Amino acid sequence: MDSIAIHGLRKSFRKDLPPAVDLREDVSISKGELFGIIGPDGAGKTTLFRMLATLISPDAGSAVLEGLDIVRDYRKIRTLIGYMPGRFSLYPDLTVRENLEFFASVFGKDVGSNYALIGNIYCRLKPFEDRKAGNLSGGMKQKLALCCSLIHSPAVLFLDEPTTGVDPSSRRELWENLAQLKASGMTIVVSTAYMDEADRCDRVAMMKAGRFLTVDSPAAIVRSFDRPLLAVRSDDMFRLLHDLRAMEEVEKCYTFGDTHHVTLKPGADADAAAIASRLEPNHSGLEAGPVQATLEDCYMNLEEK
Amino acid sequence: MMGGEVNVIEVQHLVKRFGEFTAVDDISFEVRKGEIFGFLGANGAGKTTAMKMLTGLSFPTSGEGHVAGFDIWKESEQIKKHIGYMSQKFSLYGDLTVSDNMELFAGIYGVPRHEAAHRITELLDRLSLSRERNALVKDLPQGWKQKLAFSVSIIHSPGIVFLDEPTGGVDPAARRQFWELIYEAVDEGITAFVTTHYMDEAEYCNRISMMVDGRIDALDSPAALKTRYGASSIAEVFDILARGAKRAE
Repeated sequence: MDSIAIHGLRKSFRKDLPPAVDLREDVSISKGELFGIIGPDGAGKTTLFRMLATLISPDAGSAVLEGLDIVRDYRKIRTLIGYMPGRFSLYPDLTVRENLEFFASVFGKDVGSNYALIGNIYCRLKPFEDRKAGNLSGGMKQKLALCCSLIHSPAVLFLDEPTTGVDPSSRRELWENLAQLKASGMTIVVSTAYMDEADRCDRVAMMKAGRFLTVDSPAAIVRSFDRPLLAVRSDDMFRLLHDLRAMEEVEKCYTFGDTHHVTLKPGADADAAAIASRLEPNHSGLEAGPVQATLEDCYMNLEEK
Repeated sequence: MMGGEVNVIEVQHLVKRFGEFTAVDDISFEVRKGEIFGFLGANGAGKTTAMKMLTGLSFPTSGEGHVAGFDIWKESEQIKKHIGYMSQKFSLYGDLTVSDNMELFAGIYGVPRHEAAHRITELLDRLSLSRERNALVKDLPQGWKQKLAFSVSIIHSPGIVFLDEPTGGVDPAARRQFWELIYEAVDEGITAFVTTHYMDEAEYCNRISMMVDGRIDALDSPAALKTRYGASSIAEVFDILARGAKRAE
């Protein structure tokens, strides 16, 4: 069953600029789905979140959320959703506990009745209950913001880049929490700049210039990667990057952790061994070989389309 | 200016206490001229506190150190003049044009007027921002603002630039473009001191340190650290070390 059904959505902010969001197709998100959105800055992710969360109205198109229209039924929708914006938006001069109580009371709930939902997350904040929210570290602020967006037990949760500035261990904890919330039947829409997080979603939308370029499961997106991919390394990675880009057969070359990833032009008559033998005279410690594409490779190569 | 030193940062037994709490707990390390040094650690491990001491913004409780050739106790004002600093929340003026921002920061850092003009043209050219020199900064796409913030931070040709989570929340393509700017600056002799939560970016550093509970628990090249901890990635090394943490942020 659909939790969210988008029937095209458009939103412009300035007449002299293209629309911030310009979805022309129908997109459905099922109940209990963990749906990821990735894309560069300015792709329209936040604007899309704000429309679905009924904070701004679309210029054209419509969307139905839990059976309710995002324009007509905005009041009802607001009781059913949780929204954690990218920017910290709790009250910095209220304590941890006061923020939580405030958000619960806005929805006519008390902290106790939905505590089970946030217990796993809130237990880490408990020792700092009396600290002002403005004085929390980045990771703790995120945890509190998540608790506040969950305290009324929403059916749909929107998270706009929840892990920006959060260290790897806390990121993993957050995603473990999301997995539990999903298991409880909550629909979760999350944007992220981390491809390892996108990998944990049921489906991922790659968004650019207001449009969804691809909507599919991470595995299917990776399967659709249709060109040979090489990983190359040497002792001088910066020079190697330029040398690889200068090669005629190379379509695209980008850094990838401790290697550079290289895609070859269609029909190029070269393989890892050929590339390596040409670089060998100028590079020590050279290694080159074929490698399996990841979601990040798909993203990097999508950019050029 | 560097007096031919090979280390741009040298600190010994640096400690910072806030009341009962030891935020930075006896750290000693060097950063070599011309390297990219990754300063990693969990939220709350003490990175920001340590960086404040290295950039002349706060004094240690105890310990000694030199940054860019200047003493962290006696010459903190000199340190501020001879380093570059950029954070994720970059401090550009949206209502000023690209070149106004550059001129302003060149002035603040005391770059002589004739040199500034030359330097600004050079940086605009390198960033392919020449056509946007008269555009207001608030109208630029985020990725360009970030490039501009970086070039403003090195406008006075500092010996070392501190980059505090410069790529937070940035998509994979823009992060890579940013790292190429760092590579280029380092290629020209600037030393880069970088914090990041992206473990693939840690691999781009010559050496990295891992801070846990205020201490530096490991410091080496990414390859050496992976070998030492029998890990296939820096992300794994981070997990192994962070697991030993006792501090809850």
